[in-house]
Amino acid sequence: MADESKTGRKKIQATDTMNRLMADYFYGLNEAAKSGRQKVAWCTSVGPAELLRAMGFAVHFPENHAALLGATRMSTDLIPAANAIGYSPDICSYLTADVGAHLTGITPLAKAYPGIEAVPRPDVLVYNTNQCRDVQDWFAWYARELNVPCIGISSPKNIGAVTDAHIDDVARQMEALIPTLEEIAGARLDMDRLRETVSLSRECTELWKRVLETATVTPAPLTFFDGTIHMGPAVVLRGTREAIDYYTVLLAELEERIAEGAGAVDGEQYRVYWDGMPVWGRLRQHSELFAGLGANVVASTYCSSWIFPAFDGNDPIRSMAKAYLELFIVRSDSYKEQYIQEMLRKFRIDGIIYHDAKTCPCNSNSRYGLPQRLETKTGIPNLVISGDLNDLRCVSDEQTKTNVEAFIELIEEGK
Amino acid sequence: MTNPLFIGLDIGASRTKVAVIDMNGSLMGHAVNKSGTDFSLTAAACLDRALEMAGATRSRVLRAVSTGYGRTNVSFITNTSKTEIGCLARGCHHAFPEAITVIDIGGQDNKIVKLDSAGRRSSFKMNRKCAAGTGAFLEEMASRLDLPLERMNDLARQSDDMVKLGSYCTVFSATEVLENIRHGKKVSDIVKGIFYSVIKRVLEMDSLTERVVMSGGVVAHNPYIVEMAAEMIGRPVLLPEFPQLAGAIGAALYARDDKSQGES
Repeated sequence: MADESKTGRKKIQATDTMNRLMADYFYGLNEAAKSGRQKVAWCTSVGPAELLRAMGFAVHFPENHAALLGATRMSTDLIPAANAIGYSPDICSYLTADVGAHLTGITPLAKAYPGIEAVPRPDVLVYNTNQCRDVQDWFAWYARELNVPCIGISSPKNIGAVTDAHIDDVARQMEALIPTLEEIAGARLDMDRLRETVSLSRECTELWKRVLETATVTPAPLTFFDGTIHMGPAVVLRGTREAIDYYTVLLAELEERIAEGAGAVDGEQYRVYWDGMPVWGRLRQHSELFAGLGANVVASTYCSSWIFPAFDGNDPIRSMAKAYLELFIVRSDSYKEQYIQEMLRKFRIDGIIYHDAKTCPCNSNSRYGLPQRLETKTGIPNLVISGDLNDLRCVSDEQTKTNVEAFIELIEEGK
Repeated sequence: MTNPLFIGLDIGASRTKVAVIDMNGSLMGHAVNKSGTDFSLTAAACLDRALEMAGATRSRVLRAVSTGYGRTNVSFITNTSKTEIGCLARGCHHAFPEAITVIDIGGQDNKIVKLDSAGRRSSFKMNRKCAAGTGAFLEEMASRLDLPLERMNDLARQSDDMVKLGSYCTVFSATEVLENIRHGKKVSDIVKGIFYSVIKRVLEMDSLTERVVMSGGVVAHNPYIVEMAAEMIGRPVLLPEFPQLAGAIGAALYARDDKSQGES
């Protein structure tokens, strides 16, 4: 068993560029909300962001804010405030952390970005339930609290093939949002601008895919934990030129690493796939844990969920509908099995870790026998770890450590 | 060094176990104690007792491996550790060198480990972050019933009308136990129900292969649980000679074979 202190992880140099980009984004949002020069829309992370951006809204993503609450380990102290007003500890801990932060008047943005005091106040809340129902309940709370209109798309769930019927349904729902959004924005939707925004999103998504696929090389130049940080622009800035410019820089650095044979984890011996949400408050510990064992988590369902091959500027609304339906989380277990199986092959995976997140059933794929079926099919061992994305009360560090160490031992024995 | 000894220290959440073996893998000495609040002190005391039993001193110890929650707290004897899952597998396969499923019921954790005939692990499961089915559950229930832990085995054997406990939450189970007391159920029937609940919680963790081995402190001190488990799974259950020491013996075997720590 490798000694943790003897192995290391490499910092991605482009991180500073990304941090500046994210700072500009948050300051821009703050300015929009404070000056009133731009209307502010809140959008779910895989909601119709392109539509909002094309209509001139500054777009805030509460899931991004909730992940920040998790990563800064503020969430566990804030969740009880939401629990106390009737939002159960068993529901989405993004929702409860974010609502708890609002109730308490706290945001990590204030600490990270001097001059920002609060999350930008929305003019409209726009959701897509393609991920789960909780995002709708989350936005509905703010709609009541802030007296702001809340509109959205109800997507089908657990679907195999994405059919024209599904796309027609979601595209029509998307079109139905436009009059309300136009009224709030005070301007008509410019279809040329929407086409351009969707094209930019497509370009961003293609670059993000190439970034993630650099990890098909051994040793992999990046880890899942790097991915969870560097996906920021793909989430909050897709549809902009800035996101494309950033991923061009990041990709060049990773390709340089490949040319030098430099892995993100020194002495990479084991290649692991991560399914499910990250434990935001434990990113560093988990990254160190795996690196210390000579293991690199080279690929994940989560980071790959911001790859949208369907975006097409020539057919913006239907292609958005298709892109946001083709998401892994929307799909049936048999699709998910095939998807993961292909990822295992592409990234030459030695073992899979399923994170069973207590408060996120839709992102926990270990509850309907999928790990067992996939292990039977592929022979690749799996481990299910219990935890949560944001509620550290549901995380047992010692159990996680023992489980991961024993899992790497098991992989080692099988090699 | 002539006749070197090898040490396995299993510093569990509840109990510390130390095994001393010789080059042939024979158990020469052992000791068990409550882990308490100073893992290092407890481990050192157990080590000395186990060595005394082996008729030896620390000078004869060639290598040691630690395992369990306190595995990093024994730098006075070793800095090499393995997971308890690995050690448990090694210890049980040493006793039964065939394809087996190990069910370990510990103080804080339950584990199911599947091994092939060569002793390689093919899968393992630990209980979720919950005390159901563990020794901690039995301790809590004994306390509710105001019973010494060591009386539970004999009481369960006396049961002729087992009480069924439905919940898998320790707190809810305690409430069920209180309800049964209120309804005048016999303590022996409640205790058997508690044992039954422990086995049910463990068996729902994973499927089993043909040959099943049980280990851990709970089965070491409550052999009736093994009999009940055998009845529930419909075939005999194998038990190593010292079920509570399986992990410590496994760690000692790793120590014996770990040449990276140095030769004699």
